[in-house]
Amino acid sequence: MAIEVRIPTILRSYTGGAKVVEGTGDTLGDLLTDLDSRHGGLKGRLVTDAGALHRFVNVYVNDEDVRFLGALDAKLTDGDSVTILPAVAGGAFGFAAAAAIAQHSAAAAAIARHSAGAARVARH
Amino acid sequence: MARYESLLDACGGTPLIGLPRLSPTVPEGAPPVRLWAKLEDRNPTGSIKDRAALFMVRAAEEAGHLRPGDTILEPTSGNTGISLAMVAKLRGYRLVCVMPENVSTERVQLLRMYGAEIIFSPAAGGSNQAVATAKQIAAEHPDWVMLYQYGNEANARAHYETTGPELLHDLPTITHFVAGLGTTGTLMGTGRYLREKVEGIQIVAAEPRYGELVYGLRNIDEGYVPELYDAQVLSRRFSVGTRDAVLRTRQLVEVEGIFAGFSTGAILHAALAVAHEAVKAGRRADVAFVIADAGWKYLSTGAYGGTLADAENALEGQLWA
Ligand SMILES: Cc1ncc(COP(=O)(O)O)c(C=O)c1O
Repeated sequence: MAIEVRIPTILRSYTGGAKVVEGTGDTLGDLLTDLDSRHGGLKGRLVTDAGALHRFVNVYVNDEDVRFLGALDAKLTDGDSVTILPAVAGGAFGFAAAAAIAQHSAAAAAIARHSAGAARVARH
Repeated sequence: MARYESLLDACGGTPLIGLPRLSPTVPEGAPPVRLWAKLEDRNPTGSIKDRAALFMVRAAEEAGHLRPGDTILEPTSGNTGISLAMVAKLRGYRLVCVMPENVSTERVQLLRMYGAEIIFSPAAGGSNQAVATAKQIAAEHPDWVMLYQYGNEANARAHYETTGPELLHDLPTITHFVAGLGTTGTLMGTGRYLREKVEGIQIVAAEPRYGELVYGLRNIDEGYVPELYDAQVLSRRFSVGTRDAVLRTRQLVEVEGIFAGFSTGAILHAALAVAHEAVKAGRRADVAFVIADAGWKYLSTGAYGGTLADAENALEGQLWA
């Protein structure tokens, strides 16, 4: 048995589009090194040159944040599930919901409108 | 106390409720493990955010940043907006909320009913984009006051001065505090207070795992960590999936009769995890967690009924609004 790793959308270019990949390792650091051997460049996006987890990356082992479990030294066992997620402004539960509801096309249109500098003010 | 001079005076002082049916059973002779729910839906607009809104407005008034008739600007479409709209109305300010387009019409209606105005930000970038848009608008309107809940120390201080002391007063034997992680104000403020007063207390964060599009940044460097966040205050942090949050939200109303929103389901999931660990270890535990708001605002999702899979689909992208 191996360790299952969930990859967020922005990093799937390193996994050939795969949402879930498998790897092995006794620690998170080992696992990332193992993954990097098959998905070159992935580790570099998650770990800084100084050897720490990137500030805007959250990694969870069985739903628990690894920063509280030893970070890259966090122990792993076969069958564990690892989830990688970018940090977002979670406080805005409403924003998160709205963003998720949005269709990709609507999203693209919104980007275009926004870059045209049109923030719309709605007055009642 | 049951009589208050005004609605603002009725903020906080919420009940702490024992949950004997949801608390895990311990073996004969083992120390008790108990769950306690702090009913933050019993605040003036029905969520924990009334505390932060009131403290942020008061702090701005005391610092001389807010004068009657001023305009407050805030990136929020959720509970903070509703709380600020109420406080702004009663204190004589105009409120402008920045929220993503295609937010639910209920939310827009509710905010407008309270008298708030709305600026829509592109949905694509999710909450990060809304924060960025609000900062940009703030730069264009230097006379508007942005309280900016993600970085406003008064947000955390509200919990340091009220939520924390209330918990310690009502539950001096508290061993764990579990709350949701959004702006991080609840956990930073309550967590700091309890760490100062209670040796060995565990401060546990539960954050909802959103749908994929929420994490759809173009680049890791566009990520965002609230300025208020200090990981040192936390003992542990859980990411809770939608299915678990729904399951726990339903369990809470079925077993204990508390009708809560879905972020509370995520919080309960983490609270039960630490409670069961305490049982396994044979340790005494008094686990207090937050009921952030009630379920009314989420009824239209349909996620309180039907199968779990249906609920999960219904909430995919709709949660936590
Ligand atoms: C329903 C609900 N739960 C939890 C939270 C998180 O609280 P905080 O922002 O203090 O971290 C919020 C905040 O917006 C909320 O609206």
